[in-house]
Amino acid sequence: MKTITFITSDNDIIETQANFGSLMELAVKNKVKGIDGDCGGVCSCATCHVHVNQEFWNAVGGPSELESDMLEFDDNVSDYSRLSCQLKVSQVPDGLILKVAK
Amino acid sequence: MKKSKIDDPFKEARETKGFGTMNDQNDPVTMILGHKDVRKCAHNWKTFQSGGDEIGRIVVPSEVHIRDTRQIPFEVDPPQHKSYRDLVEPWFKRPLEEAYQEKLTDIINIIVDEALTKGSMEVVSEFALKLQSRALTLLLNIPFEESELWISWGTHVFRSEDTALDGDKANVLYDYIDAQIDKAIANPGDDLYSKLLASEIDGKTLTKEEVKGVLILTFAGGRDTVINAITNTIAYFADNPQALQQLRDQPEHLNSAIEELLRYYSPLTQMGRVVAEDTQVCEHAVKAQSRISMCWASANRDERVFENPNEVVLDRKVNPHVAFGFGTHNCLGATHARQILRILLNTLTQKVGCMQITAAKENIEDLDEFNRKVGFDSLQVAFHKL
Repeated sequence: MKTITFITSDNDIIETQANFGSLMELAVKNKVKGIDGDCGGVCSCATCHVHVNQEFWNAVGGPSELESDMLEFDDNVSDYSRLSCQLKVSQVPDGLILKVAK
Repeated sequence: MKKSKIDDPFKEARETKGFGTMNDQNDPVTMILGHKDVRKCAHNWKTFQSGGDEIGRIVVPSEVHIRDTRQIPFEVDPPQHKSYRDLVEPWFKRPLEEAYQEKLTDIINIIVDEALTKGSMEVVSEFALKLQSRALTLLLNIPFEESELWISWGTHVFRSEDTALDGDKANVLYDYIDAQIDKAIANPGDDLYSKLLASEIDGKTLTKEEVKGVLILTFAGGRDTVINAITNTIAYFADNPQALQQLRDQPEHLNSAIEELLRYYSPLTQMGRVVAEDTQVCEHAVKAQSRISMCWASANRDERVFENPNEVVLDRKVNPHVAFGFGTHNCLGATHARQILRILLNTLTQKVGCMQITAAKENIEDLDEFNRKVGFDSLQVAFHKL
């Protein structure tokens, strides 16, 4: 079981736990404000944009080319931007902290 | 050839120059065809405007001659756009609520059961139009019976047999909405009209004209698009019975299947913008006050983004389609539309063994340089129980 923490734009801290699935699904299940996940995780809506906490960036890794294209036109994009639908719980480090991008 | 197939008429132009041109009522449109260019233009609202002085001009075909009410929030640019969008967004997210989904499931169950009992049905008018109209009562939060009137209007509100834009028919809708607004003023309830009439933006109550603008968009934006999405979905599963079985066996692919059908069928071909300043797209000069369009249907077949773009791959995982548009003005009704498709697919897999198309009349859009099939004028289908 991994612990993953989301920080919303209102600075609400939501600590979640999961073994599998995507981080978008996890956020939606835990009603994290600002993460809609409209397209269900196929990288078409960009409503699950997060900023990865800097210290975890290398462990999480950067976006794929298609994901990066989606992010290119998104507001509030940073060097640590990812779409949480493209991040799998199984592939991210325990204790990960993410900030919701809107 | 399978009846459900939709070709990509834009391929050559997209690959050679990146744009096409069409004459729309003597107001030409430069059609942007590539995925990245389409998204770039959609993102750049300062140069490619939605909120110009001429109301209805960004729609292709243009509605300048049949409409003088500004559609909201669609024909408003930032920063004002945000106030309107923030106001209506929670209402249009209601399809995520369980109670809404239960009612939508009832509506869809009744129509699918009727198709199975009758054995054969004309899907555009008897299935898709009914489903769209009945589902719209949920989105507006008004009594179900109201849908009878909209169904009686037929599939086209703006279009008659001989013309793409019919002012008299459009007036039927506008007069109807005016009357409903007056009714809501006299007797407020918990419907969308009343909710908007009771709302404020920047300390000012919404005017009747603003309320009308939101409602026209709600009626017009979700009519032929939803009808096409439903009809094309039925056609696809009629042509590909193994795909229905695949979803029965692997329901975890339901979501990616919906997004893929949206990509492939792209129910809305394009949407326009007015150019605010002299600029260029795809190394092609476009003058201030001319029009461009973002061709979602072409972008969704861009082989630089989608592998095997002309095939329906139901479990396509990464699918950055633009069937609901992109950026600031992305489709407000997308949550409702997705929920309709989700429940429709669920119901079909639970109840329908197979379907066959017995007659079809294609709906082909004439876009000058291009002809694009967007769906069907009529589609006769035989339905068989599971």
